[in-house]
Amino acid sequence: MKETLINLNSKGDYKMIKIIKNFARRLFSGFFKKRGEIKLGFYGSPNAGKTSLANRICQDWLGEDLGSVSRMPHETRKIQIKEDVILEKDGKKIEFKLIDTPGIATKIDFEDFMKFGLKRKEAQTRAKEATQGIIESIKWLDDMDAVIILIDSTLNPYSQVNITIIGNLVARKIPVLIVANKIDLKKSNVKKVQGAFPEYDVVGISAKNGDNIEEFYEGLFKLVKKI
Amino acid sequence: MAAKKKSVRKSKKVGKKDLTIHFMPYSEIAKKNTIERIKKIMGLILDKKIIILQGKLKPDEEVRLIENSMTLIGNIKDFQGIEIAAISGESENVNLFHKIRHNIAKILIGEQDAITIIGPASIVKEITQDPKKIELMLQRK
Repeated sequence: MKETLINLNSKGDYKMIKIIKNFARRLFSGFFKKRGEIKLGFYGSPNAGKTSLANRICQDWLGEDLGSVSRMPHETRKIQIKEDVILEKDGKKIEFKLIDTPGIATKIDFEDFMKFGLKRKEAQTRAKEATQGIIESIKWLDDMDAVIILIDSTLNPYSQVNITIIGNLVARKIPVLIVANKIDLKKSNVKKVQGAFPEYDVVGISAKNGDNIEEFYEGLFKLVKKI
Repeated sequence: MAAKKKSVRKSKKVGKKDLTIHFMPYSEIAKKNTIERIKKIMGLILDKKIIILQGKLKPDEEVRLIENSMTLIGNIKDFQGIEIAAISGESENVNLFHKIRHNIAKILIGEQDAITIIGPASIVKEITQDPKKIELMLQRK
Protein backbone atom coordinates (compact mmCIF):
# COMPACT_ATOMS: atom_id res chain seq x y z
CA MET A 1 0.00 0.00 0.00
CA LYS A 2 2.85 2.38 0.89
CA GLU A 3 4.19 2.17 -2.62
CA THR A 4 0.76 2.95 -4.05
CA LEU A 5 0.35 5.96 -1.81
CA ILE A 6 3.69 7.32 -2.96
CA ASN A 7 2.62 6.86 -6.56
CA LEU A 8 -0.62 8.64 -5.86
CA ASN A 9 1.18 11.55 -4.25
CA SER A 10 3.24 12.13 -7.35
CA LYS A 11 0.14 11.97 -9.51
CA GLY A 12 0.22 15.72 -10.12
CA ASP A 13 3.45 15.36 -12.10
CA TYR A 14 2.14 12.20 -13.69
CA LYS A 15 -1.02 14.00 -14.83
CA MET A 16 1.02 16.79 -16.42
CA ILE A 17 3.19 14.26 -18.29
CA LYS A 18 0.03 12.46 -19.41
CA ILE A 19 -1.49 15.69 -20.75
CA ILE A 20 1.70 16.46 -22.74
CA LYS A 21 1.86 12.87 -23.98
CA ASN A 22 -1.79 12.92 -25.07
CA PHE A 23 -1.29 16.25 -26.83
CA ALA A 24 1.77 14.95 -28.69
CA ARG A 25 -0.04 11.75 -29.62
CA ARG A 26 -3.07 13.63 -30.93
CA LEU A 27 -0.83 16.00 -32.88
CA PHE A 28 1.15 13.20 -34.53
CA SER A 29 -1.84 10.95 -35.04
CA GLY A 30 -3.45 13.94 -36.79
CA PHE A 31 -0.60 13.91 -39.31
CA PHE A 32 -0.63 10.21 -39.94
CA LYS A 33 -4.29 9.38 -39.40
CA LYS A 34 -5.91 7.97 -42.47
CA ARG A 35 -8.78 10.06 -43.64
CA GLY A 36 -12.06 8.71 -42.46
CA GLU A 37 -10.58 6.03 -40.23
CA ILE A 38 -12.72 5.62 -37.13
CA LYS A 39 -11.34 4.07 -33.97
CA LEU A 40 -14.11 1.79 -32.80
CA GLY A 41 -13.67 0.26 -29.35
CA PHE A 42 -15.36 -2.84 -27.96
CA TYR A 43 -15.93 -2.57 -24.24
CA GLY A 44 -17.75 -4.58 -21.60
CA SER A 45 -17.44 -7.16 -18.85
CA PRO A 46 -15.46 -10.36 -19.43
CA ASN A 47 -17.30 -12.96 -21.53
CA ALA A 48 -19.85 -10.45 -22.85
CA GLY A 49 -18.82 -11.32 -26.42
CA LYS A 50 -16.55 -8.45 -27.45
CA THR A 51 -14.12 -10.61 -29.39
CA SER A 52 -16.98 -12.67 -30.87
CA LEU A 53 -18.55 -9.52 -32.32
CA ALA A 54 -15.19 -8.15 -33.50
CA ASN A 55 -14.57 -11.54 -35.17
CA ARG A 56 -18.02 -11.48 -36.76
CA ILE A 57 -17.33 -8.04 -38.28
CA CYS A 58 -13.86 -9.13 -39.46
CA GLN A 59 -15.26 -12.33 -40.94
CA ASP A 60 -18.08 -10.45 -42.71
CA TRP A 61 -15.79 -7.81 -44.25
CA LEU A 62 -12.28 -9.28 -44.31
CA GLY A 63 -12.84 -13.03 -44.12
CA GLU A 64 -10.57 -13.49 -41.11
CA ASP A 65 -10.74 -13.46 -37.30
CA LEU A 66 -9.38 -10.84 -34.95
CA GLY A 67 -8.81 -12.91 -31.82
CA SER A 68 -9.54 -16.17 -30.06
CA VAL A 69 -12.65 -16.74 -27.95
CA SER A 70 -13.11 -19.00 -24.96
CA ARG A 71 -15.60 -19.90 -22.26
CA MET A 72 -12.93 -19.04 -19.71
CA PRO A 73 -13.16 -15.36 -18.69
CA HIS A 74 -10.35 -12.95 -19.55
CA GLU A 75 -9.38 -14.77 -22.75
CA THR A 76 -8.51 -11.36 -24.23
CA ARG A 77 -5.84 -9.91 -21.97
CA LYS A 78 -4.21 -7.53 -24.41
CA ILE A 79 -5.64 -4.89 -26.72
CA GLN A 80 -6.19 -6.38 -30.19
CA ILE A 81 -6.36 -4.13 -33.21
CA LYS A 82 -7.51 -4.69 -36.75
CA GLU A 83 -6.92 -1.83 -39.15
CA ASP A 84 -8.36 -1.09 -42.58
CA VAL A 85 -11.75 -2.64 -41.96
CA ILE A 86 -13.98 -1.06 -44.58
CA LEU A 87 -17.74 -1.40 -44.15
CA GLU A 88 -20.11 -0.48 -46.93
CA LYS A 89 -23.80 0.36 -46.75
CA ASP A 90 -26.00 2.01 -49.38
CA GLY A 91 -22.91 2.94 -51.38
CA LYS A 92 -21.29 4.64 -48.40
CA LYS A 93 -17.90 3.32 -47.27
CA ILE A 94 -16.55 3.79 -43.77
CA GLU A 95 -13.07 2.75 -42.71
CA PHE A 96 -12.68 1.43 -39.19
CA LYS A 97 -9.85 0.55 -36.89
CA LEU A 98 -11.36 -2.09 -34.62
CA ILE A 99 -10.00 -2.12 -31.08
CA ASP A 100 -10.97 -5.15 -29.04
CA THR A 101 -10.28 -4.53 -25.35
CA PRO A 102 -9.90 -6.93 -22.41
CA GLY A 103 -13.07 -7.22 -20.31
CA ILE A 104 -13.28 -4.82 -17.41
CA ALA A 105 -13.91 -6.30 -13.96
CA THR A 106 -13.56 -4.97 -10.43
CA LYS A 107 -12.15 -8.19 -9.01
CA ILE A 108 -9.99 -11.09 -10.11
CA ASP A 109 -9.41 -14.28 -8.15
CA PHE A 110 -6.89 -16.67 -9.70
CA GLU A 111 -8.75 -19.60 -8.12
CA ASP A 112 -11.65 -18.94 -10.51
CA PHE A 113 -9.36 -19.91 -13.41
CA MET A 114 -8.45 -23.16 -11.67
CA LYS A 115 -12.10 -24.19 -11.98
CA PHE A 116 -11.48 -24.26 -15.75
CA GLY A 117 -8.64 -26.73 -15.33
CA LEU A 118 -5.64 -24.39 -15.08
CA LYS A 119 -2.84 -25.25 -12.69
CA ARG A 120 -2.17 -22.85 -9.79
CA LYS A 121 0.83 -21.21 -11.45
CA GLU A 122 -0.94 -20.83 -14.80
CA ALA A 123 -4.01 -19.40 -13.06
CA GLN A 124 -1.88 -16.86 -11.17
CA THR A 125 -0.18 -15.79 -14.40
CA ARG A 126 -3.52 -15.44 -16.15
CA ALA A 127 -4.88 -13.38 -13.24
CA LYS A 128 -1.87 -11.06 -13.38
CA GLU A 129 -2.25 -10.61 -17.13
CA ALA A 130 -5.98 -9.98 -16.68
CA THR A 131 -5.35 -7.17 -14.17
CA GLN A 132 -2.88 -5.56 -16.59
CA GLY A 133 -5.41 -5.96 -19.40
CA ILE A 134 -8.06 -4.10 -17.40
CA ILE A 135 -5.66 -1.23 -16.72
CA GLU A 136 -4.86 -1.10 -20.43
CA SER A 137 -8.56 -1.07 -21.37
CA ILE A 138 -9.15 1.88 -19.06
CA LYS A 139 -6.20 3.77 -20.52
CA TRP A 140 -7.54 3.33 -24.05
CA LEU A 141 -10.87 4.96 -23.17
CA ASP A 142 -9.45 8.36 -24.10
CA ASP A 143 -8.42 7.21 -27.57
CA MET A 144 -11.72 5.99 -28.97
CA ASP A 145 -13.85 7.78 -31.55
CA ALA A 146 -16.89 5.59 -30.85
CA VAL A 147 -17.57 2.62 -28.61
CA ILE A 148 -19.69 -0.51 -28.73
CA ILE A 149 -20.64 -1.68 -25.23
CA LEU A 150 -21.27 -5.40 -25.14
CA ILE A 151 -23.70 -6.63 -22.51
CA ASP A 152 -24.54 -10.27 -21.93
CA SER A 153 -28.34 -10.15 -22.24
CA THR A 154 -28.74 -13.30 -20.13
CA LEU A 155 -27.34 -11.50 -17.07
CA ASN A 156 -28.43 -8.58 -14.90
CA PRO A 157 -27.50 -5.46 -16.92
CA TYR A 158 -27.33 -3.24 -13.82
CA SER A 159 -23.70 -4.04 -13.17
CA GLN A 160 -21.50 -1.24 -11.92
CA VAL A 161 -18.91 -2.05 -14.59
CA ASN A 162 -21.42 -1.27 -17.36
CA ILE A 163 -22.56 1.89 -15.58
CA THR A 164 -19.00 3.04 -14.95
CA ILE A 165 -17.86 2.47 -18.55
CA ILE A 166 -20.88 4.28 -19.98
CA GLY A 167 -20.49 7.13 -17.46
CA ASN A 168 -16.87 7.59 -18.50
CA LEU A 169 -17.68 7.58 -22.21
CA VAL A 170 -20.45 10.13 -21.72
CA ALA A 171 -18.07 12.34 -19.73
CA ARG A 172 -15.59 12.11 -22.63
CA LYS A 173 -18.37 12.81 -25.17
CA ILE A 174 -17.67 9.54 -27.00
CA PRO A 175 -20.78 8.15 -28.78
CA VAL A 176 -21.99 4.77 -27.54
CA LEU A 177 -23.99 1.91 -29.01
CA ILE A 178 -25.14 -0.78 -26.59
CA VAL A 179 -25.24 -4.32 -27.93
CA ALA A 180 -27.25 -6.87 -25.96
CA ASN A 181 -25.48 -10.08 -26.96
CA LYS A 182 -26.41 -13.77 -26.74
CA ILE A 183 -30.04 -13.40 -27.92
CA ASP A 184 -29.82 -17.00 -29.10
CA LEU A 185 -29.90 -18.16 -25.47
CA LYS A 186 -33.16 -18.88 -23.62
CA LYS A 187 -32.41 -16.57 -20.68
CA SER A 188 -31.73 -13.58 -22.93
CA ASN A 189 -33.72 -10.47 -22.05
CA VAL A 190 -33.02 -7.57 -24.40
CA LYS A 191 -35.91 -5.52 -22.97
CA LYS A 192 -34.24 -5.55 -19.56
CA VAL A 193 -31.07 -4.14 -21.13
CA GLN A 194 -33.14 -1.47 -22.91
CA GLY A 195 -34.88 -0.67 -19.62
CA ALA A 196 -31.55 -0.30 -17.84
CA PHE A 197 -30.18 2.15 -20.41
CA PRO A 198 -33.21 3.97 -21.83
CA GLU A 199 -31.16 6.94 -23.08
CA TYR A 200 -29.10 4.80 -25.49
CA ASP A 201 -29.67 2.81 -28.65
CA VAL A 202 -29.71 -0.89 -27.80
CA VAL A 203 -29.43 -3.64 -30.44
CA GLY A 204 -29.97 -7.29 -29.57
CA ILE A 205 -27.75 -9.72 -31.47
CA SER A 206 -26.07 -13.09 -31.32
CA ALA A 207 -22.45 -12.46 -32.25
CA LYS A 208 -21.89 -16.21 -32.29
CA ASN A 209 -24.66 -17.06 -34.79
CA GLY A 210 -24.91 -13.72 -36.55
CA ASP A 211 -28.59 -13.24 -35.55
CA ASN A 212 -29.84 -9.68 -36.15
CA ILE A 213 -26.40 -8.59 -37.37
CA GLU A 214 -27.92 -6.37 -40.10
CA GLU A 215 -29.68 -4.29 -37.46
CA PHE A 216 -26.33 -3.99 -35.67
CA TYR A 217 -24.64 -2.63 -38.83
CA GLU A 218 -27.49 -0.12 -39.20
CA GLY A 219 -26.90 0.97 -35.60
CA LEU A 220 -23.18 1.23 -36.27
CA PHE A 221 -23.69 3.54 -39.25
CA LYS A 222 -26.06 5.65 -37.13
CA LEU A 223 -23.40 5.76 -34.39
CA VAL A 224 -20.76 7.03 -36.80
CA LYS A 225 -22.95 10.03 -37.62
CA LYS A 226 -22.69 11.12 -33.97
CA ILE A 227 -18.88 11.48 -34.07
CA MET B 1 -4.82 -5.83 54.31
CA ALA B 2 -7.62 -5.43 52.06
CA ALA B 3 -6.73 -6.32 48.62
CA LYS B 4 -6.94 -3.48 46.25
CA LYS B 5 -9.76 -3.88 43.91
CA LYS B 6 -8.73 -3.29 40.43
CA SER B 7 -11.43 -2.32 38.14
CA VAL B 8 -10.85 -4.39 35.13
CA ARG B 9 -12.49 -3.07 32.03
CA LYS B 10 -12.80 -5.56 29.30
CA SER B 11 -12.05 -3.93 26.02
CA LYS B 12 -13.43 -5.57 22.98
CA LYS B 13 -10.90 -5.74 20.24
CA VAL B 14 -11.99 -6.08 16.68
CA GLY B 15 -10.97 -9.53 15.61
CA LYS B 16 -9.74 -10.49 12.20
CA LYS B 17 -12.95 -12.29 11.44
CA ASP B 18 -15.23 -9.45 12.52
CA LEU B 19 -17.05 -7.52 9.88
CA THR B 20 -16.82 -3.76 10.01
CA ILE B 21 -19.12 -1.45 8.14
CA HIS B 22 -17.89 2.10 7.76
CA PHE B 23 -20.56 4.71 7.16
CA MET B 24 -19.04 7.62 5.32
CA PRO B 25 -21.03 10.84 5.12
CA TYR B 26 -20.48 12.84 1.96
CA SER B 27 -18.88 15.62 4.03
CA GLU B 28 -15.97 13.25 4.68
CA ILE B 29 -14.94 13.34 1.02
CA ALA B 30 -16.61 16.53 -0.21
CA LYS B 31 -13.49 18.68 -0.04
CA LYS B 32 -11.07 15.99 -1.15
CA ASN B 33 -9.76 15.68 -4.67
CA THR B 34 -9.88 12.45 -6.69
CA ILE B 35 -6.54 11.14 -5.45
CA GLU B 36 -7.35 11.83 -1.81
CA ARG B 37 -10.77 10.20 -2.16
CA ILE B 38 -9.29 7.07 -3.70
CA LYS B 39 -6.57 6.92 -1.06
CA LYS B 40 -9.13 7.16 1.71
CA ILE B 41 -11.39 4.50 0.19
CA MET B 42 -8.53 2.12 -0.61
CA GLY B 43 -7.17 2.52 2.92
CA LEU B 44 -10.48 1.34 4.38
CA ILE B 45 -10.83 -1.45 1.80
CA LEU B 46 -7.38 -2.78 2.67
CA ASP B 47 -8.47 -2.70 6.32
CA LYS B 48 -11.20 -5.10 5.15
CA LYS B 49 -14.02 -2.69 5.83
CA ILE B 50 -17.22 -2.33 3.87
CA ILE B 51 -17.91 1.29 3.07
CA ILE B 52 -21.38 2.74 2.79
CA LEU B 53 -20.87 6.12 1.23
CA GLN B 54 -23.46 8.84 1.19
CA GLY B 55 -23.40 10.04 -2.40
CA LYS B 56 -21.63 8.87 -5.49
CA LEU B 57 -18.15 9.00 -6.94
CA LYS B 58 -17.63 10.61 -10.32
CA PRO B 59 -17.32 8.16 -13.26
CA ASP B 60 -13.65 9.06 -13.56
CA GLU B 61 -13.11 8.35 -9.86
CA GLU B 62 -14.81 4.97 -10.17
CA VAL B 63 -12.55 4.01 -13.04
CA ARG B 64 -9.45 5.20 -11.14
CA LEU B 65 -10.59 3.13 -8.16
CA ILE B 66 -10.82 0.04 -10.37
CA GLU B 67 -7.41 0.82 -11.91
CA ASN B 68 -5.87 1.27 -8.47
CA SER B 69 -7.29 -1.97 -7.12
CA MET B 70 -6.03 -3.85 -10.20
CA THR B 71 -2.47 -2.68 -9.47
CA LEU B 72 -2.77 -4.09 -5.93
CA ILE B 73 -4.00 -7.57 -6.90
CA GLY B 74 -1.09 -9.95 -6.61
CA ASN B 75 0.96 -7.39 -4.69
CA ILE B 76 -1.08 -7.45 -1.48
CA LYS B 77 -1.80 -10.78 0.13
CA ASP B 78 -5.38 -12.02 -0.24
CA PHE B 79 -6.48 -8.89 -2.05
CA GLN B 80 -8.75 -9.83 -4.94
CA GLY B 81 -10.16 -6.46 -5.88
CA ILE B 82 -13.34 -4.68 -4.93
CA GLU B 83 -17.09 -4.91 -5.27
CA ILE B 84 -18.87 -1.65 -5.91
CA ALA B 85 -22.45 -0.58 -6.53
CA ALA B 86 -24.25 2.71 -6.43
CA ILE B 87 -27.92 3.48 -6.24
CA SER B 88 -29.30 6.87 -7.06
CA GLY B 89 -32.22 8.63 -5.43
CA GLU B 90 -33.21 10.05 -8.79
CA SER B 91 -36.80 9.33 -9.68
CA GLU B 92 -37.81 8.58 -13.27
CA ASN B 93 -41.12 10.44 -13.22
CA VAL B 94 -39.99 13.94 -12.43
CA ASN B 95 -40.70 17.11 -14.31
CA LEU B 96 -38.17 19.25 -16.14
CA PHE B 97 -37.98 21.85 -13.36
CA HIS B 98 -37.13 19.16 -10.82
CA LYS B 99 -34.46 17.75 -13.13
CA ILE B 100 -32.84 21.16 -13.62
CA ARG B 101 -32.94 21.79 -9.87
CA HIS B 102 -31.39 18.38 -9.23
CA ASN B 103 -28.62 18.99 -11.77
CA ILE B 104 -27.77 22.40 -10.31
CA ALA B 105 -27.63 20.88 -6.81
CA LYS B 106 -25.40 18.11 -8.19
CA ILE B 107 -22.94 20.66 -9.58
CA LEU B 108 -22.94 22.74 -6.39
CA ILE B 109 -22.84 20.13 -3.64
CA GLY B 110 -22.16 16.84 -5.44
CA GLU B 111 -24.51 13.90 -5.87
CA GLN B 112 -25.59 13.34 -2.29
CA ASP B 113 -28.94 11.67 -2.86
CA ALA B 114 -27.27 8.38 -3.73
CA ILE B 115 -25.66 5.55 -1.82
CA THR B 116 -22.51 3.74 -2.86
CA ILE B 117 -21.37 0.48 -1.36
CA ILE B 118 -17.74 -0.52 -1.77
CA GLY B 119 -16.18 -3.58 -0.20
CA PRO B 120 -13.19 -5.86 -0.59
CA ALA B 121 -13.97 -8.78 -2.92
CA SER B 122 -12.52 -11.19 -0.35
CA ILE B 123 -15.44 -10.31 1.96
CA VAL B 124 -18.18 -9.15 -0.39
CA LYS B 125 -19.02 -12.05 -2.66
CA GLU B 126 -21.43 -10.19 -4.86
CA ILE B 127 -23.47 -7.03 -5.03
CA THR B 128 -26.58 -7.23 -7.14
CA GLN B 129 -28.41 -4.09 -8.02
CA ASP B 130 -31.39 -2.82 -9.89
CA PRO B 131 -32.59 0.77 -10.10
CA LYS B 132 -34.32 0.57 -6.72
CA LYS B 133 -32.31 -1.76 -4.52
CA ILE B 134 -28.89 -3.17 -3.77
CA GLU B 135 -28.29 -6.63 -2.31
CA LEU B 136 -25.04 -7.48 -0.67
CA MET B 137 -23.86 -11.07 -0.44
CA LEU B 138 -21.00 -11.76 1.89
CA GLN B 139 -18.48 -14.60 1.80
CA ARG B 140 -18.97 -17.29 4.44
CA LYS B 141 -15.70 -17.93 6.21
